[in-house]
Amino acid sequence: MIEIKDIEKLAELSRINISSEETQTFRKDIESILSYVDQLKMVDAATDKAAPREEGGIKNVFREDENYHDSGQFTEALLELAPEKENGYVKVKKIL
Amino acid sequence: MIDLKNLTIGKARDHLTKGDFTAVELAQSYLDNIKNTEQDIKAYLEIFPDVVSQAEEADKKIAKKEAGLLTGIPLAIKDNILIKSKKCSAASKMLADYVAPYDSTAVKRLKDAGAVFLGRTNMDEFAMGSSTENSAFGPTKNPRDLSRVPGGSSGGSAATVASDEALAALGSDTGGSVRQPASFCGVVGLKPTYGTVSRHGLIAMGSSLDQIGPITKTVSDAEIIFNAIRGKDIMDSATVEPAGANLFNEKKFSAEGGSAFGGKIGIPSGFMEIDGIDAAVLKNFNESIEKFKSIGYETEIVNLPNVKYSLAVYYIIMPAEVSSNLARFDGVKYGLHISGKNGIDDYFMTRGGGFGMEARKRIMLGAYVLSSGYYDAYYNKANQVRNLIKNDYREAFRNVDFIITPTAPSPAWRIGEKTNNPLEMYLADIFTTPANIAGVPAISLPSGFKEAEDKNLPLGIQLMSDCGREDILFKAGKDFLGE
Repeated sequence: MIEIKDIEKLAELSRINISSEETQTFRKDIESILSYVDQLKMVDAATDKAAPREEGGIKNVFREDENYHDSGQFTEALLELAPEKENGYVKVKKIL
Repeated sequence: MIDLKNLTIGKARDHLTKGDFTAVELAQSYLDNIKNTEQDIKAYLEIFPDVVSQAEEADKKIAKKEAGLLTGIPLAIKDNILIKSKKCSAASKMLADYVAPYDSTAVKRLKDAGAVFLGRTNMDEFAMGSSTENSAFGPTKNPRDLSRVPGGSSGGSAATVASDEALAALGSDTGGSVRQPASFCGVVGLKPTYGTVSRHGLIAMGSSLDQIGPITKTVSDAEIIFNAIRGKDIMDSATVEPAGANLFNEKKFSAEGGSAFGGKIGIPSGFMEIDGIDAAVLKNFNESIEKFKSIGYETEIVNLPNVKYSLAVYYIIMPAEVSSNLARFDGVKYGLHISGKNGIDDYFMTRGGGFGMEARKRIMLGAYVLSSGYYDAYYNKANQVRNLIKNDYREAFRNVDFIITPTAPSPAWRIGEKTNNPLEMYLADIFTTPANIAGVPAISLPSGFKEAEDKNLPLGIQLMSDCGREDILFKAGKDFLGE
């Protein structure tokens, strides 16, 4: 069973503000989804029964360890998007 | 006056080449039509101000005989696919004013082919939903019945195509978000094989599931768009070389050869046991199978014992990936910023204020299934069952070319009808999520109507095929629709 304090914990882990009214709705909805997905507990899916993990030719791809583009090429365009900036830096509140 | 109703990409290209009308005239016809119908449908979040100048560029290319495959073809783009220098909001307050700093690969390829972009279409916020009611900017209406939803999450894209507000559109499909709205609006929708179309510049939802796909009026149009956007991309490491080509010769069936194709369609056993399928959907499904038989297709019952778990697997894997993908929205680098008491509080305020209910719910659900105490029971288990589901399809496609299901268990529902019961809304994806879980391609074809009061509500059937076999989906789709 999912309790209100579980939802509050999840919201905190997710860095999300939720109102107390929303907490009730989230509790109800998340509980109903979790009880639906609980059907998987009945499935015998031990790894030796499933085929060896095969991702249809999908594998990690690493690019060459070299400069991909000129330094600063995209700085202006990307900084343009930042809500707060100063002297070419993204600005955040003091942490320490 | 251009007859938009009967226009296809192929026909438009012929007319543009012959000079029957110009790209500017074509674009203007769509803009005029949008002016007439858009206040009722609300399919677009924005009509781009530069449509006519894009079309003028297309006309220059046509005049110089430098036209590409899609030169002057007016398209609508789902609001989670980046177009450089245009807003791209994922229908979220979080990105309401975000301007894309680069082109998504799919859009880049359409641009290279000469396409004209009419605007960006409404969707469920961050592609989370089956009805387009979760948009932060209000719902889109189904053009076939304005009291009903267009499906989702690519509901805006499907609605533009169904109402001649665009000739074709791009959507994205994580659990059915191209196919289900296509079915609800009576048009064609394709979810390509995972890794066939680059996800670079698609705002990520579930990265092991997401694919961009076309929504069109005909199968031939879907094929044209698909061929324009597919292919390996250095910016998406999941993309593969076109797979159809190397699989092609191993199979005894091919997409060539007219009605002698003789493809074999698998009908999943145990299908009738699924609760909540509309009687009209079942009837239409059986009629569609008969239609395939009458045009030379064989059918066979196939056993897919684990596919019934797809939706449960989906509702673990998808939120897990959502919680990770949406962690990037922190109010620091881009997007909404709501200032709080301190740096950490900025996160809470921004994410609490920027994400709608559904996005927040899925992020928290994802955090739950990934948390250390539950990881094995949920996330690992879901991945194991996912492998079993993949095996089911792999086995089935040794014997049959296609698997057929309805696209959705019901036609479009009324706006507001399911908003208070999220699980019921999720069940609308029961037939579409398996293709995303297994990575196989799937197409939704308009297959008829359900009469409801004085309206005809579109129904769709779905064909799935083996990875990389979009070619035979197109062949069967054209046979079915008589193209």
